[in-house]
Amino acid sequence: MNHLSLIIKREYLTKVKNKSFIIMTILSPLIMIALIAVVAYLTQLNNNKERTIAILDESGLVSDIFKDTEHTTYKVLTNTTLEAAKEDVKTNETYGLLYITKSVDTTQFYNNVTFYSEDTPSLTVISSLENKLEKKFQDIKLERDGVDLEKIKSSKTSVDISQESFSGETTSKIDNVLKLAFGGIAGYLLFMFIIIYGNMIMRSVIEEKTSRIIEVIISSVKPIQLMMGKIIGTSLAGITQFVIWVILGGLMMLIVSTIFGIDFSEMQSSQQQLMQQAMESPEFESQLKLAFAAFQNLPIANLILAFIFFFVGGYLLYSSLYAAIGAAVDNETDTQQFMMPILMPLILAVYVGVFTVIEDPHGTVSTVFSFIPLTSPVVMLMRIPFGVPIWQQLLSLALLIGTFMFTVWFAAKIYRVGILMYGKKPSYKELYKWLKY
Amino acid sequence: MSNLLVANSVSKSFGNFKALNNVSISVPTGSIFGLLGPNGAGKTTLIRIINQITMPDEGSVMLDGDALQPHHIQDIGYLPEERGLYKSMKVGEQALYLAQLKGLSKSVAKERLKYWFDKLDIGDWWNKKIQELSKGQAQKIQFIVTVLHQPKLLIFDEPFSGFDPINANLIKDEILQLRDEGATVIFSTHRMESVEELCDHIALIHESNKILDGKLTDIKRQFKTNTFEVGLQTDNINEVTRLIKDKFEVFPATFKNLNDDLKLNIKLNANDTSNDLLSFLTSKAEVHHFVEVVPSANDIFIQTVKNN
Repeated sequence: MNHLSLIIKREYLTKVKNKSFIIMTILSPLIMIALIAVVAYLTQLNNNKERTIAILDESGLVSDIFKDTEHTTYKVLTNTTLEAAKEDVKTNETYGLLYITKSVDTTQFYNNVTFYSEDTPSLTVISSLENKLEKKFQDIKLERDGVDLEKIKSSKTSVDISQESFSGETTSKIDNVLKLAFGGIAGYLLFMFIIIYGNMIMRSVIEEKTSRIIEVIISSVKPIQLMMGKIIGTSLAGITQFVIWVILGGLMMLIVSTIFGIDFSEMQSSQQQLMQQAMESPEFESQLKLAFAAFQNLPIANLILAFIFFFVGGYLLYSSLYAAIGAAVDNETDTQQFMMPILMPLILAVYVGVFTVIEDPHGTVSTVFSFIPLTSPVVMLMRIPFGVPIWQQLLSLALLIGTFMFTVWFAAKIYRVGILMYGKKPSYKELYKWLKY
Repeated sequence: MSNLLVANSVSKSFGNFKALNNVSISVPTGSIFGLLGPNGAGKTTLIRIINQITMPDEGSVMLDGDALQPHHIQDIGYLPEERGLYKSMKVGEQALYLAQLKGLSKSVAKERLKYWFDKLDIGDWWNKKIQELSKGQAQKIQFIVTVLHQPKLLIFDEPFSGFDPINANLIKDEILQLRDEGATVIFSTHRMESVEELCDHIALIHESNKILDGKLTDIKRQFKTNTFEVGLQTDNINEVTRLIKDKFEVFPATFKNLNDDLKLNIKLNANDTSNDLLSFLTSKAEVHHFVEVVPSANDIFIQTVKNN
């Protein structure tokens, strides 16, 4: 075991002291922040641009629906012809001209509206205009058919079924969203970690072969110790880098936003603005309370423990697969084709999680996938918020760790035999013989 | 003399290829044992079996009377033919790491490294990276790492490849000194001149089989042809040559000498001694040169391999 700690220490220190590792650790958050800052700045620039849009409404039906907003001013033209209006718009450098013809056919409005502009208008401008017109035309149609608009408005109802378990816990739809989000975040994090650091583990396993030190090392330590040491050492280096990224990124975000006065929270789409409006409504407050309640309903302690164990277990398992690839090949160029198949089960896990766990958390598909080691880290983490018996969690975890150990052991076998093969392809009979040794 | 390492009827196959066929060797304690053979004969496979990198299909290997165990790794120092070091690691750190893997404590390893670095005059390399060193320099480091944990058994696979003559000589002297200090050395090579200089015992492996082994001097005695290389000075070369050829089997000889002599290799007749030959020669001409032809390791190697 003393060997193992020596190997871990060496792997960790050589990774962390490596110049490119240090540069990437510092540079990555800088690049990210710079990108975000640029995007934020450009978005602000775009939003601040003021536009004037001229309206020539010959039908006289819709001119009242255009209300000025912060960045857009509507100029309703009257008593002018289309040609004159166009000239006017051109000379005044107005953004564009919205023209609605006089003889509006109430069944076919879409033929009768045209937007004239110097350049191709932006998609958001056009769709916002379309939205406004659609709503107005719909109202006009309804009124023409004798429908009372007020009645339609008042008929709108929203039903929110309150849920309660037999033991008296109240739950809500937000529960499910929260639960799914938890599993989703865990899966995404795992995915990211494996993509970033899986390769690093593979390269580290190949290192002894390319530097030809392999025979010296292999005559001093057992291959399984080497594999284990590499996986653990490299993972620790990865975690170190990740933690530094989070801290550095957070700090720099703070610094950049105070220096340049860019409010990152302002970077939001119109949907988020809608959310904000919704938040201010009293209805939302009750929803928020439900969300809090939902959060408290979650088995927090279980979740945190499960997250740590399944995340670490899943990460180790996938790392050991990369290690096995590294053990089987002679150089890095041979490894590219293996990258995708390794990630496939993980992608599958996320899909299973999103499509079946939410529908039926304890159904056959969800349960089976939460035991299969390659998918269990994601699927089980999604299931746990819905309440999974401890024995199931432990069994799944045991399977996960067991598979990890098996893969490392297998990788070590491949590794030991790989150096002796003199470029010959081994037969299955031989493969079996190696495993016994 | 007791044997430090004994391999009993070791066989190993890779697929259909038999790398070792029933090979037995005994390495006497405190000797330098030459493991000889052409490329691909199976030397490295045998060495890997001794190092427990791979296992024999049949047969067993005993070290110091015990069957090989994982802990024996600490008793063996191995310099493989394919060698390298971690390129981006500093020399000192790397040597310490490898020494610790062999079971040395950090402080002892440091102390011994300092001794060796001073001895080979490379003290200022401690903080250099391997990739900054030349190939020969890196090999020196590798040699130090191999012997640092003072193993009972040292295995060198082609140790001189990559060294210039000066450093090869330096390493050769170190190997001899280590032997004198009590280490046993297995030395695999196909370069025969180093065998002459170093080895006490040899085993010759050819096409997976051991075809010859024993003490080098015994083997030479076994291979000697009772031939003598002579240089004679006479006024009548043709007459003397004819006389000798009548009585003995004669081969042409080439060697460097001060005089423009008659140079011959003369094979003794059965039941004759060297004195008989010498007295015959002195009666015919003036003898300037008289040496028994001893087969070189190279001759033995080539002859044995060809005959098999």
